[in-house]
Amino acid sequence: MLTVEYTLPAELRADILALAQEELHPQGASVAALQLVQSHFRWISSQHLQEVAQLLDMSPDALDGIATYFNLLFRQPVGRHVIMLCDSVSCWLMGRDRLCAHLRQTLGIHPGETTPDGAITLLPTVCLGHCDHAPALLADETLHGDLDTDALDRLIGSLRETP
Amino acid sequence: MTAATHPLTAMITPAAPPPDCAAYEQAGGWQAARKALKILAPAEVIDMVTRSKLRGRGGAGFATGQKWSFVPKNAASERRKYLVANADEMEPGTFKDRWLLEGNPLQLVEGMILAAYAIQAGHGIVFLRGEYHLPRKRLTDAIEEARQKGWLGENILGSGFSFDIHLHSSAGRYICGEETALITALEGKRATPRSKPPFPQFSGLWGASTVVNNVETLCNLPHIVTNGPEWFLSLGMGADGGTKLYGVSGRVRRPGAWELPIGTPLRQIIEDHAGGMLPGYSLRALLPGGASTAFLDESALDVAMDYGSVEKAGSRLGTGTAIILDDRTCPIGMILNLEHFFAQESCGWCTPCRDGLPWVERLLGALEEGTGESEDLEELARHARMLGTPGRTFCAHAPGAMAPLASGLKLFADDFSAHISQRGCPLRHAA
Amino acid sequence: MVTFQLDGLQCSTRADINLLQACLEAGANLPYFCWHPELGSVGACRQCAIKQFSGPDDKTGRIVMACMTPVTEGTRVSIDDAEAKEFREGVIEWMMVNHPHDCPVCPEGGECHLQDMTVMTGHNTRRYRFTKRTHRNQDLGPFLNHEMNRCIACYRCVRFYKDYAGGEDLAVLGAHDNVYFGRSEDGTLENAFSGNLAEICPTGVFTDKPFSETYTRKWDMRGAPSVCVHCGVGCNTFVNARDEKVRRLLNRYNDEVNRYALCDRGRFGHGFVNAPSRLHTPLCLSEEQPTPVPTQSAMAQFARMVASGPIVGIASSRASLEACFSLQCLVGREQFSTGQTQQEQTCAELAYTLLRDHPGSIPTLHDMESADAVLVLGEDVSATAPRLALALRQAGRQNSFLAADAAKVPRWMDAAVRTIGSETLSSLFIVTPAPTDLDKSAEETFRAVPDNAARLGFAIAHQLDPTAPAVPDLTPFEAEQANRIATALGAAKKPLIVSGMQYGSPALIQAAARIARSLAQNTPDAGLSLVMPDCNSMGMAMMGGLPLETVMMRARAGAIGTLIIVENDLTRHLDPPEIVELLEAVPNIVLIDHTATALWQNANLVLPAAAFTEYAGTLISQEGRAQRFFPAVFPLSPIQASWRWVQELARALPPSAEPQLAPHRTDITAWQNLDDVLAALGTEIPIFAGIIKAAPDAAYRLNGQKLRSQTYRASGRTVIRSYISVRDQPPPTNPDTPFSSSMEGAYQPDMPAALVPSFHAPAWNSVQALNRFQQEIGGPLRGGEAGIRLLANHALKNGQTEQLPAPDIPPPFTPQSDTVLLLPDVRLFGSEELSMLSPPVVARAPPANLRLPAHGTATASHITFHLEGYGPQTLPVQLVADLPDGIALCPAHMVAPAFSFPRLARLTATRAEGDGS
Ligand SMILES: Cc1cc2nc3c(=O)[nH]c(=O)nc-3n(C[C@H](O)[C@H](O)[C@H](O)COP(=O)(O)O)c2cc1C
Ligand code: SF4
Ligand code: FES
Repeated sequence: MLTVEYTLPAELRADILALAQEELHPQGASVAALQLVQSHFRWISSQHLQEVAQLLDMSPDALDGIATYFNLLFRQPVGRHVIMLCDSVSCWLMGRDRLCAHLRQTLGIHPGETTPDGAITLLPTVCLGHCDHAPALLADETLHGDLDTDALDRLIGSLRETP
Repeated sequence: MTAATHPLTAMITPAAPPPDCAAYEQAGGWQAARKALKILAPAEVIDMVTRSKLRGRGGAGFATGQKWSFVPKNAASERRKYLVANADEMEPGTFKDRWLLEGNPLQLVEGMILAAYAIQAGHGIVFLRGEYHLPRKRLTDAIEEARQKGWLGENILGSGFSFDIHLHSSAGRYICGEETALITALEGKRATPRSKPPFPQFSGLWGASTVVNNVETLCNLPHIVTNGPEWFLSLGMGADGGTKLYGVSGRVRRPGAWELPIGTPLRQIIEDHAGGMLPGYSLRALLPGGASTAFLDESALDVAMDYGSVEKAGSRLGTGTAIILDDRTCPIGMILNLEHFFAQESCGWCTPCRDGLPWVERLLGALEEGTGESEDLEELARHARMLGTPGRTFCAHAPGAMAPLASGLKLFADDFSAHISQRGCPLRHAA
Repeated sequence: MVTFQLDGLQCSTRADINLLQACLEAGANLPYFCWHPELGSVGACRQCAIKQFSGPDDKTGRIVMACMTPVTEGTRVSIDDAEAKEFREGVIEWMMVNHPHDCPVCPEGGECHLQDMTVMTGHNTRRYRFTKRTHRNQDLGPFLNHEMNRCIACYRCVRFYKDYAGGEDLAVLGAHDNVYFGRSEDGTLENAFSGNLAEICPTGVFTDKPFSETYTRKWDMRGAPSVCVHCGVGCNTFVNARDEKVRRLLNRYNDEVNRYALCDRGRFGHGFVNAPSRLHTPLCLSEEQPTPVPTQSAMAQFARMVASGPIVGIASSRASLEACFSLQCLVGREQFSTGQTQQEQTCAELAYTLLRDHPGSIPTLHDMESADAVLVLGEDVSATAPRLALALRQAGRQNSFLAADAAKVPRWMDAAVRTIGSETLSSLFIVTPAPTDLDKSAEETFRAVPDNAARLGFAIAHQLDPTAPAVPDLTPFEAEQANRIATALGAAKKPLIVSGMQYGSPALIQAAARIARSLAQNTPDAGLSLVMPDCNSMGMAMMGGLPLETVMMRARAGAIGTLIIVENDLTRHLDPPEIVELLEAVPNIVLIDHTATALWQNANLVLPAAAFTEYAGTLISQEGRAQRFFPAVFPLSPIQASWRWVQELARALPPSAEPQLAPHRTDITAWQNLDDVLAALGTEIPIFAGIIKAAPDAAYRLNGQKLRSQTYRASGRTVIRSYISVRDQPPPTNPDTPFSSSMEGAYQPDMPAALVPSFHAPAWNSVQALNRFQQEIGGPLRGGEAGIRLLANHALKNGQTEQLPAPDIPPPFTPQSDTVLLLPDVRLFGSEELSMLSPPVVARAPPANLRLPAHGTATASHITFHLEGYGPQTLPVQLVADLPDGIALCPAHMVAPAFSFPRLARLTATRAEGDGS
């Protein structure tokens, strides 16, 4: 296997190695390491994937098998904010389709896309465990429930303003 | 709400931060751990839990004490063993574990100490779903505090028993909730289920003995150990012991979750606690325990929400969180939504699930869009039959997916035909 | 034995297998995908569903996956059960949801396991009416095509590639019905066994890329049982040909040797038989130019040469036994050279005698897979004997199997065994100068130059047996290593020592044999395996002859009038100055070869020989197994087997030449066919008497018929040449084999194993048909053993063990400041002669470089080194972590012959062009 030159910051590399150290086998840290990279760069580029693989003593192919398996690991760039609108049953019952249509219209994008200004990526998500406040969404790390179109507009407005 | 009637949630104050170690102790926390580590032998803890008839709250309802009894009896220091708290909670319509995780994470920590002590596991892991950001923060703090106070780490309370907890944040895949897939995920691999045997209790994480228990299951333990199995048994209304977190979502007046004696009748939960249907809506049917349980209709409202009764009624207690279908929402649309979820969350390992569920999804989609054909109903029924029986697919994901479909095909037969005869969904724009 | 009931039929079978195996062995047609006899069961595809009944009163039964269910005494199962049938048909239907209906243009068509299973389940109507998903394919390099849309997600490819073969650059990506079997990005699959994916994949996702260039259907090809010629292991192969052109090579199951897998060098190395470098006519040197001449004038020319003086013959370790023997008969033993240098020959003969006299076992590759402690001493087996390395990789799993046995988990429960064994270590120790591909599977690796590796070996032997000589000047570190390895080996029930000739070090081979012998004192199953470089190195060692040094001496003395060289490129053994000398000193050179090698333009006479795909002959593998290969192609005259050319030369000899030749020569002019050669060989050299049994003779008939080498379905026998002539051509014949060249003849699953031309059975058109040819799954073929072992296990057991000569324990190696010790770096692709004439292999061979210790002082991008006889050579530098000091690795045969190493050289740093440093 070829060795890749590191572009990840040294502290991040050290953190990944520390994660690997905690596990019985470095591979046990694969998800955590990818999450760490994603928390820095918002997504996992192929270059970063290769570097993480090398740190964890895995092949990039095996690691990509994990990166592409999980819903919350992004192998494509996302916007500054990610809105994950729940599409599971309770939210659906409570009208999430209408909210999705509203978001599509306001943002001018389909689920899976990013607004041209790079501010917001819209993604569907499975049940967020907020069913008693359906319809719900996760904006970055914050849970929002009992949504209606007004609440959505306010949310988008405030997200747009936050860098 | 008192600890005597609401052991799991008595310490939880809505919208307030969870109790810290001192507050937790003051409210009765840590008694069980102290008791177990100081005066009980591991086998005695297992015995208590067995006698309490505690059944797993993760969905399958397996007797917890019995599950532990299969773990090889070596001391924690002799053999690598793991205790895993299943906090993956991704079953649509389920929002009970989050309540416990956010509201009283130390209770889970204590439950884990007890379980680990019982099976003599030195390593604890909380497998937390990735979207649960607040629970992650609270749990991280709780674990850290417990560690500082000596509840976790080497030689706890001078008992010679050492145990620590590691928090694993998952990255989103429903199948990770299945215990063997969860173990595979912890190994940093693609989370596909594993065959049993060997059972995880014998060969689980990294080939070591592993027990996976649901968060709610574990949270019950401190109370069983403190108050005794008889007390716990007396909490339930029927054959099962303890309380259960029940929840209701859908078009009810007060969607939410409540800790109630296990075996509380469904009607009472929906009408008394959830306040009944919203004005203008009436109840059409419901999934009693999450997305992978079979539909029940009104006629089943008096069923006691315990494992045996719900099964007799033709469904499963599952996670105990009911999802209500109202009369103005299309049942086929609802099933389509569910099957979309199951198709997407199939791990892709076995053929029937991987390629059968998307087919089901498309057939339902066609019905909704008005391109359904009468043979499609037969095709759906065939899938329900072929995927519905455990043992045909590798794990219980596909049979779970078929539960709402198979029951829905019977219960909503007229709606299905109407979708074909009327070339589309009669209720589509009504909702 | 257990008995079970299958659809009312009472069957009995082995106890340790699963129901799928049991049903197949009972002759039932039960479809499957994810199960593979070598990979075990994982229960992914759900295709092998059957009904199992719990007792005599159970009428409903339960659907179970046969591959995941152990067969138990008295169990009652049904394949015919309606529910089970419906489910199996459903499974195919689900697989077909996204499978393209492209069979007519799919290279797998006609030998597709998915096709077979589709027919077997009866699924024939498409009900799914929605859009299929589509995938993007990847470029996986020169060996394999990738067509992901055909994937049915049985997971076999990754399980073979990763779990079984240790490859890391193929993975499962994505999830749900969008799982993808490929790589993170396009790129060549690096594992040495990637080609097997073409056979492992039950449909047309991974297919043989070179084959697809001259693609033809399986049923239209002639098949011949053959033996790989690209190393000394002797894997069994099928050669497939059509229109007298070799199209591809497949694995031919031999339960003891290669079983289900070949290495990529073997699978894709055959390209030399169709390469432009092939010789087609006799050539005479006229006015310094090789000029085509008719055979007759070539022979006349040869007759004239005899006058110039004694005839000397040079044979080769890559030529068949028959070719070498005929040459020996022609020129006489005293004038017969093995075609090897003294060093190479010493090693080979040492390997032969040490194996012959080894009191323990001479393991087959299959035996090696169950070794419970292995020491690889001074050989990069992953490059010199790749298939053997794969067997050792499996040996690394022994401890997992033992752990599984203890947990009562059947060994075929693949995922479970891997989980249970995930923490058990293999007892594989590797001692080599440089990292090898097998290192990943090892418990521990040690880097040592050959001399030090040999010393470590002698020290281990001494540890195990204090009567073995002690090693002087051992460092405490080495002593500790020796102790550790000796303890592990001594504790094993089936220890195995592997070494070889890569470094041309007799001491290494002696050390390995000594350890094995010490172990055999207490452990009769202690195995010794010695890797030899060429497909007939062992045959040559057993035959014996003069080293090339003697030939050189005689040439210098003017004592050679004519030199006959059979299938040997002398530049792979001699340095350039020696070649020049030889050419000057010998008046006549006759070259018999299939390929124009380095000296062809200097030979006075060149005779075009048949390649291994074009005649029948015998090779002896490094474990002493004589194996016959058969022709798939009938070459155009005058191309013929080397031994027939030698015979022709013998016939051309003028009577006057007779006295010059050895007095008691065998008369080779009377030989009619291969069987005559073999008979003579057995008489002349008794150790070879057994090889006549390597395969049935040419007179063999099955049911009174010859054996067919084409399928009944072969099309176009009469039209294939119709653009030349519409006349019906009689099929070609070959006097040396019991095969008919056409579809006429007998063929059945219990035909002699050495004569199976392809695997095919009713309802089974893919390679999976093999299960119908086996006595039991994974066991011997129904037609018995293919080939014959000439070296007995546990030699001299009842008599005294042969004393070993006192070893030459080398002094410890001391790195020099002004020179480095150059060692030959054998490569999987690039070092072996014939495969380097095969375009896909050439495409995989990296350019030569010089590997140096990373911690050394070298920082230049290129290094010039001064090799005696070669002048300065400049190569790019690759720095390697933990190489021992004072050495450099130079690719064998890319700069100088393998056996001219080790040698000392001076290095100077060079600035390459464009190198800014
Ligand atoms: C598809 C699938 C998903 C599951 N998801 C969860 C889950 O999210 N949380 C959970 O506790 N159990 C889940 N389970 C059940 C677990 O496999 C396991 O039975 C449970 O965690 C055991 O804990 P318990 O005995 O305490 O209930 C799931 C099972 C299946 C088949
Ligand atoms: S039923 Fe099969 S494909 Fe589905 S989740 Fe389980 S193992 Fe994976
Ligand atoms: S062969 Fe049995 S499940 Fe695949």
